[in-house]
Parts: sequence; structure tokens; C-alpha cells
Amino acid sequence: MTDIPIGAATGSDEDAVTADQWTARIRRRAEAAFPPKQLLPDRQPAFMASWIYVFGVLTLVSVAWVIITGCILAIMGPTWWHVSSIGHFVNSLHLWSVESFFFFMVIHLWGKFFMAAWRGNRRLTWATGVVSFLVSVAAAFTGYLTQQNFDSQWISTQAKDGINSTGAGAFWNVLNFGQMLMWHIVLLPIGVTFIAGMHILLVRRRGIVPPFDVHPKKGEQAAEAATTAEAA
Amino acid sequence: MSAERAKRRRFNPDRDVREWKGAYVPYDIVKEGFIAFLAVAVLMVLLAVVFSSPDEPAITLKRWSIADPVDFAQTAITELDGTSATATYGPPYNSTPDSSQHIGFFEPEQWFGVHQPVDTAQDFVIGPLRTLPHQPATQAALNVYLAAPAAQQNAWTTAYEKAVANATEVGGRLHVPAGRYGPVGVIIGSLTDMAQTGGLDGTLLSEGGFYNTNYTKPLLFLADGSYLANKANAEHLAGDQWGMMNETGNYPGQAWLWLYTMWYQVAPMNTSSNGDLEVWVIMMVLSLGLIFLPFIPLLRSIPRWTHVYRLIWRRHYRELASA
Repeated sequence: MTDIPIGAATGSDEDAVTADQWTARIRRRAEAAFPPKQLLPDRQPAFMASWIYVFGVLTLVSVAWVIITGCILAIMGPTWWHVSSIGHFVNSLHLWSVESFFFFMVIHLWGKFFMAAWRGNRRLTWATGVVSFLVSVAAAFTGYLTQQNFDSQWISTQAKDGINSTGAGAFWNVLNFGQMLMWHIVLLPIGVTFIAGMHILLVRRRGIVPPFDVHPKKGEQAAEAATTAEAA
Repeated sequence: MSAERAKRRRFNPDRDVREWKGAYVPYDIVKEGFIAFLAVAVLMVLLAVVFSSPDEPAITLKRWSIADPVDFAQTAITELDGTSATATYGPPYNSTPDSSQHIGFFEPEQWFGVHQPVDTAQDFVIGPLRTLPHQPATQAALNVYLAAPAAQQNAWTTAYEKAVANATEVGGRLHVPAGRYGPVGVIIGSLTDMAQTGGLDGTLLSEGGFYNTNYTKPLLFLADGSYLANKANAEHLAGDQWGMMNETGNYPGQAWLWLYTMWYQVAPMNTSSNGDLEVWVIMMVLSLGLIFLPFIPLLRSIPRWTHVYRLIWRRHYRELASA
């Protein structure tokens, strides 16, 4: 072990000693991939002047409200909202934040489709967006299964046939309230948060996709060599 | 891919972009997020105050057996003789042959076998009644039934099924016409009485333990009857009523499942005995298609052909045209 006198260790001294550390390597890669001004920019390309861009942030804040209201329901327990008027109100907030979340996310998804937002090496950004939508569908579905009322009885007994037909029913039992509640409040929220987090970091890393024909010149499209982001 | 190779590759407008060299304008992303956070909060509170949320109480076996003891008894006899939907379901509940959904040789339901074992006669009828040792008539009937050969059991249950088809409810009590159904009348009558007192709910849920959160058995029993389905039909929740995406009352439900639900409304899935698997295969293929859309020729060109992007970036194109 090499001792570094306190106060004598400059940045370069530390780099020389710790350059091969896993910690130092990860920090260097993170700093290179996400400089602060790129992670939290204060300027955006001028073409971003459209309402469609608002739906991405509306999706994010809706999921924040889904988590906040879900946490309140979790603190009080799964039966609270059936016996308390305040609990029922919090459940209503939870329901409508989920409805808002999907409404905004679907508009965001269609907007990105019509922008062909996967262009310029943004295919992984697109894919993580779609996967986070699919995982969110599963998260919402398990919420409907764990309401402990007639809706959850009917939805679970109907859904079991679809799940069982795939073979997944052997391990993922939609009639098992305890299992579905754990998936709803632990595993699927972790999945949504992780994938959505990746999606946001990729958006910050690659930036937003520019319009088609940003610099149109006659005859240029067919002949010009590509300046793709992959080349960067 | 090396930079040199990328440069040699022909520009594809559905895959590549030209670097933006235009103007950058100030944009306060944190302020936008904060305002959006408050705006969604106001929207949520308004929606919650005006529309609230549905909470139709769950149906218990007690409620079912009191409201419709005839349907309860008609279901119970199919659990005892092994002809109910659950008894003949196959994996993951039991190993009924030729019961799994399949597309050709593709039969994933069989891959993992029985993982949630359910013996309807034992779990739904005999086992719960054995928890009533102080009812000698019920225990004697069970002993006679269980000691009889299978052919005799079958003769009794068949006779009871015919009789219970004409059963009536008199003052909340089950009245089954007389017949040669031996001890089965006492067995199903006792089970109906047990359900009407609420005892069957507790027995099916406890599964031998104090704590339990697995409702598989009571839900399967409930779903085998007509009472649950009739209520769902009245609430427009049946499969042919786009039920998977709806919920009770006039609420949007899981509107995002519209595509999944749509396949259940069209042929051949709406009549196929393998409909669930067919719908799931379709949805898996479509989901994978959406994930890998950027790699699929023609489909990835749709945005460029439709020109909707000109509406999204209309200010940019207006400025470009005037430049």
C-alpha cells in the first residue's frame, strides 16, 4: 500500500496511484460519458420548439406521482384504502396518476415514432423506451390484481388463462395475491425505474434526434457520405 | 464500427442523421420539470375529486352461496366428480391429458408441468367437510362415498347432477329433487350450509396455515360457477366485451391493453380453444417488432413517408424555407 501524505496529494498524484482502480476507471468513464453540462444542459437545439417534447417530462413526473402515492398506500397497508375515506382518496390519486402516466407515455412514444427518434445511433434509446413501456404495463396489471375487490377477482381469473397458456403460470401465479403484491410494489417498480433511468441517461448521452434534412441541399441526400453518430 | 467504415457507408435517412449545426437556445429543464410536477398534481387531484376510483366489494363464497345456492351446488358437484373447468384444466393445476393450449407442437403449458396442484374433490369438497367432525351425518356420508367403488361414485354424482339441474331455492335454502344419488345429497348440502355460514371461505384460504396470502383455490372455485361471470357480464367485463381492459363503472381501466384485447374479438382467436396462446404469440411478435423497429426496413421508413414530422418540427422547416 502506498501512503499519500494528507494535504500533499494533488489530483495528479492520486491519478498516478489509483489509475488502475476499478473505482477510478468507472469515474473516468462516467465523467467522459456524462459531463455535467450534458447531463443537465441549460441549452437545447432550436428545433426543440414543439409541444411534443413536453410529454416526455410529463411521463416522468407522472411516474413520480405514481411512486409517491404508491408509497403512501404501502405505508398504510393493502386494506387501508377499503376502510378509510382518506385511503380511498389516495387510491384515487394513485389510479389517476397511473392513467396520466400511460396517457402521456403513449403520446411520447407516438411522437418519437413519427420523429424516427432511433436515427443517429439512438436505437438503444428507442428500445429502452419500448421496454420500459412493456414493464410498466406489467406493473399496472399487477396493481389491478392486488386491489382486493371484485375487479381483481375478475381480472385475475380471466388473465390466468393467458399467462398459463405461455407456461409462465407455473411460476407467476396471478391468483396468488401475496406474490402479485410483491411484484407490484418491489420487483416491477425496480424494473421500471432501472430501465427508465437507462433511457434518460441515453437521451442525455446521445441528445435529442435532429429533424430530417437539417441542411437540405439539392441532390445532397443521395450522394453525401453519412455523418452518423456511430462514426463518432 | 470504425469511423472510416461508417463514412464509406451510404447515408440512410431512416437510420442516420446529419449533425445539428444550427442554433442552441436557453432551456431550463429543471424549471420545466417542476412546473410539470405541479401541473400533473393539480390534474390528479381534480380527477380524483371528480371521478374517485372504483371499489366494488369482492365476492365471497358465503355471498355466492346465499345469493345463488343452486349455482353453488351445481358447481360443487362438478368439483366433486372432477368435471369442472378447474378439475379438467391441466397444467399448472393438474395433469389432465390433452387439455393444454397449443399451436402445432408448440405447447409451453406442458413444459413446467403441475406447479400449483389442485385436486378439486379433495381441496374444495372433502377436505373442507372433514374440518366439521361434529357433524356425524356429514362424516358418515363422506365415509360411505369414499368407501364406494368409482363406478358407484360416478352413478351417484351423475344422478345428483341431473337432480340439481332442477333444484330450487326456498327461503335461501337449497332444495334438490329426490333421486338415487346416495350420500352425495348430504355432502353437497353440507358444503352449501358450510359456505353460507362463511366457514368455507376460511377453510379454503387457510390451507392448513394461520397466515396465507394465496387465493388460488377460492378464486378457482368461484370462477367455476356462473355467479362471478354473470356479475362481470352485467358490468360489461366479459372477454367478448373487451373486458380485459375494462373495470367496473365508467372508468378507463387498462386502456393500454386495447391491442391485446382486440385479438380476442376477431377470428380465429375469438372461437379457438387455443385462443389465449395465439393472442400471446401475436403480442410477443408485435412487442419484439416494436423494440427492433429501427432495424426493420419499410417499417422504419413510415415516419419519413407520412411527413408527420413536418408538423412536429414545423417551426424548423418554416425557418429553413425562409432562409
